[in-house]
Amino acid sequence: MAGAALLGRLIWRVATVTRVVDETPRVRTLELQVPGWPGHVAGQHVDVRLTAEDGYRAERAYSLGSAPGEPPMITVERLEEGEVSPYLTEDVRLGDAFEVRGPIGGYFVWRPNDGGPLFLAAGGSGVVPMRAILRHRRNSMSEVRVRLLYSSRTIEDVIYREELDGEEVVHTLTRAQPPGWTGYARRVDPDLLREVAWSAEDEPLAFVCGPTSFVESVAAGLVELGYAPKRIKTERFGATGER
Amino acid sequence: MEALDGNAIGGILYHVFGREMTMAQAECVCGARGPLAECEVYLGGPGVVVRCRVCHNIVMVLVEVREMTCVDLSGLSELELPGWR
Repeated sequence: MAGAALLGRLIWRVATVTRVVDETPRVRTLELQVPGWPGHVAGQHVDVRLTAEDGYRAERAYSLGSAPGEPPMITVERLEEGEVSPYLTEDVRLGDAFEVRGPIGGYFVWRPNDGGPLFLAAGGSGVVPMRAILRHRRNSMSEVRVRLLYSSRTIEDVIYREELDGEEVVHTLTRAQPPGWTGYARRVDPDLLREVAWSAEDEPLAFVCGPTSFVESVAAGLVELGYAPKRIKTERFGATGER
Repeated sequence: MEALDGNAIGGILYHVFGREMTMAQAECVCGARGPLAECEVYLGGPGVVVRCRVCHNIVMVLVEVREMTCVDLSGLSELELPGWR
């Protein structure tokens, strides 16, 4: 696109729910069929728009949890005060439709040519774009080394639990641990990062996604370990973002 | 209110600028420079407020009024779109 101003419009498209997977008591994955879907890159998100009968509209951004080439999938955590997530996690049924626009984002994305080694750090539903990256790496037979550090409150809150068993994942459970738990049981801190993250000498590429406080402390910890700030990609979500 | 980042407004920015914008390099009047994705973003108010991650000055405000998005870029000294040079 060098030198050319190629302007496009991001249009709202109708997405139909073709599959529903309950991931945890509060988290649900929706597979979507979106006519005209242009395909996406691992790490991108979509905006979801709901319109009430009186015309009131609410929009929220949700990361795509599926790899390029797979149908778009969003994984939504229910926020009690939310305007959009209660519908997407409780009321929505197979065949229901709502509007989406996307895919969106060019910063928090990974393509096999970007290389690694990859260090992924996720807090809560921040694991959603990481699954897209992990799946894309696997599907593309990439030999880039990857390790995921995943912080959850309890074992029941771990999203994609079975699928992640096949990956190199280090879990930390910050609020409660099941009997016999031998893994980490605290919030991610510099010592934990030092033990889990790739050495800075390997010039890793890091992706950090989760609530703002998680992202800021992990990113700062990685810089402390010597990671190049330009190779630390961050994505924050919160109650207002409803990722 | 908790700050998010520029990723959260990728859709709105695309709508306004007609292209992917989170990788656009934003330079604040303080001299700090980086991709829009790394700026602080506040979504809780009536509009979207984007602040510099270094000096916290407002670099961009987007407000939607009757289907029209009004954009104030006066806090930016430069906005470089990748591939436009």
